Amino acid sequence: MTSSDSIRMENLSYSIGGRKILEGFDFHLERGVNRTILGVSGAGKTTILKLLLGLLEPDSGAVFIGDLRITGLAESSFMQQRKRIAIVFQGGALFDSMTVGENVGYRLFEEGRLSDGEIVEIVREKLSFVGVEAALNLYPSELSGGMKKRVAIARALAADPDYIFFDEPTTGLDPIGVYNICNLMQRLQAEGKTTLMVTHDLATAFATSQRFTFLHEARMLFEGSEEEMKGSTIPEVREFLEPTTRSLFI
Amino acid sequence: MNTNIAAIDKVLLIFFHGLQNYFLLAGRTFIRIFRRPFYYREFAIQFDKLGFSSLFICILTGLFSGMVMALQSLIQLKPFAATSYVGGMVAVTMVKELGPVLASLMVAGRVGSAITAELGTMVVTEQVDAMRVEGTDILKRLAVPRLKAMLLALPLLTIVTDVVSIFGGYIMSAGYDINPIMYISGLPQFMVFQDLIEGVLKPTVFGAIIAITACYTGLNTKGGAAGVGASAKQAVVLSSVLILVCDFFIAKFFVVFRG
Repeated sequence: MTSSDSIRMENLSYSIGGRKILEGFDFHLERGVNRTILGVSGAGKTTILKLLLGLLEPDSGAVFIGDLRITGLAESSFMQQRKRIAIVFQGGALFDSMTVGENVGYRLFEEGRLSDGEIVEIVREKLSFVGVEAALNLYPSELSGGMKKRVAIARALAADPDYIFFDEPTTGLDPIGVYNICNLMQRLQAEGKTTLMVTHDLATAFATSQRFTFLHEARMLFEGSEEEMKGSTIPEVREFLEPTTRSLFI
Repeated sequence: MNTNIAAIDKVLLIFFHGLQNYFLLAGRTFIRIFRRPFYYREFAIQFDKLGFSSLFICILTGLFSGMVMALQSLIQLKPFAATSYVGGMVAVTMVKELGPVLASLMVAGRVGSAITAELGTMVVTEQVDAMRVEGTDILKRLAVPRLKAMLLALPLLTIVTDVVSIFGGYIMSAGYDINPIMYISGLPQFMVFQDLIEGVLKPTVFGAIIAITACYTGLNTKGGAAGVGASAKQAVVLSSVLILVCDFFIAKFFVVFRG
């Protein structure tokens, strides 16, 4: 595995308004190893995804996509590297002025390399993959929460990325919706995509990932496999895995 | 004492940081006007949404301000038997000052807040982040079409406002036995070609102010729905104040230029 097949953070710190979100954080996402970042709400999980994508600028430390250090670079300088990554945002982040079809084909239309007919063909294929091909001409406001997430996954797939980030993909979904999303993630992994998910939903995490990172108070408290995590003696990790009735009332 | 200085220091730092970012956004947006892709469809949508849909309020504004201008002028001019000058007075006031300013303030309230709310909502729902990840230059995609639409639409809306206000002035003047020929013939006595240039240049500058201010506040929105509301309010207040300040400096420039 070479460094060009990975995305990583080195000694990264990030704060908002004086509040430390991450401090001295190291993280490594290797190609082919599906990972989940766990932690309570507000722990900074989504921030990690945005930092990895170069959407936020860290206070110190660096982010690398492959061999390229993207920290401090203008966005246009690492656009090519970032095209290897797609993200499914928590609420879907579908463009509400566009139809589902235009959303899914957005990057392809922007790039202008393919004809409209070819793009429509790809859009139909991706929508079919996630099971919402009937929604092609609908607007995001006409979709349910689960459908929005699936359309967001289709949009992420349209440009054939190597890595797909998922930000709380199962939050707010019913059990069938959760099952469908897990199933989709497993199919993507089977097709060779590497997934990085942030969530506090343990069932989804264990069903879709091999490695786990636990975040607590701006620091990485644990990194390892499912077995290692379940056998961890770190009190915060234990508390997260098996919340006691006490924690509901303190 | 030290605490007060630190507080002032912090406020000034935030102010100048905001000012720097405002001008950076303005500069980057203007540069991108001439760079591909041009997003013609987005421009057409924005021109319709920001320009054409503001036509009615500009017509109303022009009509009633022209009428009130004529009414007040006629009352003042009648004792001197100079009511024939009313057409020229209405025209010069509207074309040089009130037309551009009133049309711009109306559009700032209507369109500036709409642009800010739209972009602010896109920011808080992560649509802007999604566009960036998809490889889009957000200034080119979101700010430039709105800026171009405003640069074209506001001068046109101002011309409509001016024409309607002159017509409104005539409606009032007709009640004072002033015929159309007499009303129109007063125009060249009060106006020169340079006034027309001033009357078109002002709304062009004001259009840029409205678009840039709205895009700046919209793209810097923080928080949820409350943040969007606060940004929309800020955009209207800021662009209205900037319009009035710039109006003075442009007028002063033309006065100096005219000699």
